[in-house]
Amino acid sequence: MTTEALPNTDPSAESAALQQARENNRAALDVTVDKTVGQPFVENPKISTRHVHVFYGDKPAIKDISLDIGRNQVLAMIGPSGCGKSTFLRCLNRMNDTIPTCRVEGDFRLDGEDIYAPGQDPVLLRSRVGMVFQKPNPFPKSIYDNVAYGVRLHGLAKNRAELDEIVEKSLRRAGLFDEVKDDLHKPGTGLSGGQQQRLCIARTIAIDPEVILMDEPTSALDPIATALIEELMIELSENYTIAIVTHSMQQAARVSNRTAYFHMGKLVEVNDTDRIFTTPQHPLTENYITGRFG
Amino acid sequence: MDTLPLVLTVGLLALAGFFAGKHKARLASTQVRSHSRPHYHGYLVALWTLIPALLVVMVWSFASESVITRLVVAELPARIQQMPASEKSLFTNEFKNLANEIDVKKHIPTEAIKSSDSTAVAYQAAQRYIQLTRLSQQLKAAVTLSLAALLIWFTLHRVQPQLKARNSVETIIKGLMIVSASIAILTTVGIVFSVLFEALAFFRHVPPGEFLFGTHWSPQTAIRADQVGGSGSFGAIPLLTGTLLISAIALVVAVPLGLFSAIYLAEYASPGIRTVAKPVMEVLAGIPTVVYGFFAALTVAPFIRETAESFGISASSESALAAGLVMGIMIIPFVSSLSDDVISAVPAILRDGSYALGATKSETIRKVVIPAALPGIVGGVLLAASRAIGETMIVVMAAGLAAKLTLNPLDSVTTITTQIVTLLTGDQAFDSPKTLAAFALGLGLFVVTLTLNILSLHVVRKYREQYE
Repeated sequence: MTTEALPNTDPSAESAALQQARENNRAALDVTVDKTVGQPFVENPKISTRHVHVFYGDKPAIKDISLDIGRNQVLAMIGPSGCGKSTFLRCLNRMNDTIPTCRVEGDFRLDGEDIYAPGQDPVLLRSRVGMVFQKPNPFPKSIYDNVAYGVRLHGLAKNRAELDEIVEKSLRRAGLFDEVKDDLHKPGTGLSGGQQQRLCIARTIAIDPEVILMDEPTSALDPIATALIEELMIELSENYTIAIVTHSMQQAARVSNRTAYFHMGKLVEVNDTDRIFTTPQHPLTENYITGRFG
Repeated sequence: MDTLPLVLTVGLLALAGFFAGKHKARLASTQVRSHSRPHYHGYLVALWTLIPALLVVMVWSFASESVITRLVVAELPARIQQMPASEKSLFTNEFKNLANEIDVKKHIPTEAIKSSDSTAVAYQAAQRYIQLTRLSQQLKAAVTLSLAALLIWFTLHRVQPQLKARNSVETIIKGLMIVSASIAILTTVGIVFSVLFEALAFFRHVPPGEFLFGTHWSPQTAIRADQVGGSGSFGAIPLLTGTLLISAIALVVAVPLGLFSAIYLAEYASPGIRTVAKPVMEVLAGIPTVVYGFFAALTVAPFIRETAESFGISASSESALAAGLVMGIMIIPFVSSLSDDVISAVPAILRDGSYALGATKSETIRKVVIPAALPGIVGGVLLAASRAIGETMIVVMAAGLAAKLTLNPLDSVTTITTQIVTLLTGDQAFDSPKTLAAFALGLGLFVVTLTLNILSLHVVRKYREQYE
């Protein structure tokens, strides 16, 4: 095949829109991020992180991020795919420990306590920092046993009555109890996607964590199920500190107090959510939230 | 023409048909766009030639011998025609043997033909037989080749751009696959029915109640009427308990060892260890059972007896324990390999969910991974169990042949499969109860393993539904 056979190899034949898009993407890659703009630190944070680096093998995934998460606040993390936001989230309850090639450096503090200190038990940490995943992952057990799983594990209920009470309360707070109260002993895997995700949230709050991490919790759900989960997040933020990774900027705008924009392993900008979405300071943030790339 | 060159010729004709069809289709499609690409026309011509011609060869080869024999017998002199059936078949065999002899030696003893006794008649019949066989061979070749040629001419004639050759080839291939599947299924059905009918013949000699519930097994029967021998008693209970005892011991060994090694391999072992350890463990399943057998008989059984005696317990030199232990080692891979697969198939996201709730690794394995994989693990165990029940060689060598009704693992016992082997080796009339008992035992064994297989299939299917 000759080069003439390929259509549109001549740059002048490109449409203006395509040219603009190319330029934006090039600009996105060219801009160097030296320092996080905005306000990464808050007074009396629930979680504070300083100079975080994460590597998968030799490949850096996160480069020098410092960020605080405020008490009883919702922090949203946005950014294009592969920017490191999920990796950062998984550092906060040491889930990355289960990946053999992953190496985490930096200072992480939960209520001022170093969570990567040599004596720290990641298992205990995870009972304080719960996590909800992208894909609903109920255990192949009954709805009741799903919620009771962590409670039994940590011995939080003294007897059956107390366990029943915790299960009911958690399901109520997740907004699921009325839908499943007659089916508590049916398998959790039989619920719809949105119900499964609320079951996973109920399971997480049943052990009464201090922080809840959510990794794109609504990306597998339809808009109605998403709206229910978002309502739930706002409600939960009264008692819990929440960090959420999301691909939906509308979702970040709706549920979060502060928003952090990640780009290629770096934290570009953090600020109050209304300020990020109205007056972004960094050109990358502006390009991303106005939908010019990503 | 012999059968093999004939088949090769048909093959060559089909090959020629393929190229001719392809060529013709290519020429035909220069002006018009053809429905199917040229090589499909080629395949269609070749298949249409090959399959009918080979069918003719097959049917002719199977049928010709009996047809020719009947023809020869019909021409025999009246005195032979009037002989009783058994003598007639004896005579038929005689002239067939002679025909083979003549065929091999290429020499016809003419002086024998001139004499007028029955040998001469046999020689004449043999000659006639050879003559007819040659004729049949020639006819077969002629018919097959002309059929093939006709088919090539006809199918080539049909090659046109609008012929849906591609769809036709698809249909023919589908048909071939149906035939293959049917052969496998019909063979199974045939085996089941032959075992069933022989078992029914056995139950005419021995009532089913006695066979199923009798507690004494001693199959020795007198071969001749005047012989002094056992009258034979066919209670299958001691064999059944023996089988179940040895299988139970094997499973007690194999299930924990297999399951724990599967968990280790799937959850804890580094990739390096896993790539080495998994194939090495699967080699256990590849060792011939007779090797396990002499290991059991020469090493394990004496060791067990000595150990038992040092505790002051008397033990037989052939024991159920020795056979069961070694069999357990043998079936470890059945448990571990399948369990490893299902444990690895449990989605990582379920493990993450458990870790995120503050569970440790072993808590996660016990409370999430194993319950999720349990149906698959049960399937593996049932597969191992049917393997243990069907095992023969280790038992023959290590557990003995004595049909004792005992649950003492240090005693010698025997199993259903072992008894089938001993029943069918040695001199015995085929329709004696002793021989037929083997079929009844086989039927029993078949029912047991079939039940286990159906059970495991059912369990495995249930597991699949859960994740798809």
